[in-house]
Amino acid sequence: MTQPGDRASDGGAKERRRSRILRGFSLKEEGAKAVLIATVSTLVVLGLLAYAAVSSPYWPEFKDEFLNRQVFAESFPDILRAFKRNIFYFLTAEPVILAFALMLAVLRSLRGPVFFPLRALSTIYVDLFRGIPTVLVVFALGFGIPTLRIPGFPVEGWFWGWVALILSYSAYVAEVYRAGIESVHPSQTAASRALGLSRWQSLRSVVIPQAVRRVVPPLMNDFISLQKDTALIAFVSAFSAEAFLKAQRISAGDFNFTPFVGAALCFLIITIPMTRFTDWLLERQRKRRMAGGLA
Amino acid sequence: MSEAIRLEGIHKSFDGLEVLKGIDLTLDEHQVVCLIGASGSGKSTLLRCINLLEQVEAGRIWIHGAEITVQGVDRNAVRRQVGIVFQAFNLFPHMTVLGNVSLAPIKVLKQGRAAAEANARELLARFGLAEKAGDYPDRLSGGQQQRVAIVRALAMDPDVLLLDEITSALDPELVAEVLDVIRGLAEQGMTMVIATHEMSFARDIADRVSFLDEGRILEEGPPEQIFSAPTQERTRRFLDRIIAAGRM
Repeated sequence: MTQPGDRASDGGAKERRRSRILRGFSLKEEGAKAVLIATVSTLVVLGLLAYAAVSSPYWPEFKDEFLNRQVFAESFPDILRAFKRNIFYFLTAEPVILAFALMLAVLRSLRGPVFFPLRALSTIYVDLFRGIPTVLVVFALGFGIPTLRIPGFPVEGWFWGWVALILSYSAYVAEVYRAGIESVHPSQTAASRALGLSRWQSLRSVVIPQAVRRVVPPLMNDFISLQKDTALIAFVSAFSAEAFLKAQRISAGDFNFTPFVGAALCFLIITIPMTRFTDWLLERQRKRRMAGGLA
Repeated sequence: MSEAIRLEGIHKSFDGLEVLKGIDLTLDEHQVVCLIGASGSGKSTLLRCINLLEQVEAGRIWIHGAEITVQGVDRNAVRRQVGIVFQAFNLFPHMTVLGNVSLAPIKVLKQGRAAAEANARELLARFGLAEKAGDYPDRLSGGQQQRVAIVRALAMDPDVLLLDEITSALDPELVAEVLDVIRGLAEQGMTMVIATHEMSFARDIADRVSFLDEGRILEEGPPEQIFSAPTQERTRRFLDRIIAAGRM
């Protein structure tokens, strides 16, 4: 009864093996060919696009306004210097965001009726700040709070713009953390509670370390967004110019937009490597998951 | 012999489905009770009730004469006394073997790190896991992981150990090494409640076998009696199925 079936499946396995071998060969050849084709087609496409751009009647004007070598040479050092402020903004904001958001996420994941008010507060906070455009928060705080002249608080617009970024981004990052916390299997909590760890000890030593590891790539994405959004502080800081405001000022002088390209370059120098790094982290995580490893 | 665990009339349901329908069970110190019964008969839930991972709806539980099903009981203190080992090991994947074993002694028993780790190493060595101390759990075989989980529970020096089908997730060739560990513990006089599908193991090790069926203990007695001369028809049918499946 079983013999014909066995033979058929045996034959099937052989067939599969053979076709895999064949495919292996063709893949190698195809690999070399593929690289060649990709290179040629990329060159052709780029060439065509470049030709189309350069041959457009607007090209000379565009080149003069956006890619002006002389303006670039004159403005870029200043913009780069101003970009240091952007770096200062995001490097100082990020740790505060990571800590504050983790607190929000932990409050929100507390179980039990006693914690309802904290849970509700955290939920309301996240809903609120996730729903409001960041630029609006920056404006409201950056212009609004200094007019209150609260004793002991700074009156500089940039400071409140910086605070606004922290408030807004913490809401996003809290959600990322929360997803991570919820992705840790309940059996991990059961195991730690069974050993006598308190709810808090279990969260701190077992759940959060695993959660944070899992959400590093999405956290990086939010960090990249934050780096770009430091430009929003330009709107509320008259005196401490960051890269975008600097570019705006230089540009306003002679109606040349090359400084914006310079500012864009500053951001890209940071964000592109960071994006690649995040992709690499994600890929590594995916491979580990495929290999059956945890965390 | 003094009484280690007493359960009276334990009821538990999940979403209206009654899983435990009034369980009575007692065992003395140094006794080993094996819970047998089909999947879904309530073995795991019963174990999880004993160390308060699940809250019982009705019924009372005493550990060494002290009731733990009263309001305001210190759950963490109860769990320090009553260790549990799970079917799926539930090791902490972000910690080394040594970290897994020493975590609770450090956090709960407030032992110093050096002392806790020294003790953990000693325990690991006793169970043939000395050279695994620095490894992460995913580097270990299933049998090794389960042995680490047992050591992790033992590091808390519990009075009672609950074992929840600890060999069910293992490849057949890895079952023996884990069961040998449990045999060793029984010889040393560890009080244990063991939910298991390994009938020959239960026959060897148990002082008493309890057959759970649909949330009730249908039959209870010394292993020779339960396995050779069960009085209940359902027990007989369950054992026939087990024999047919080649598990005994």
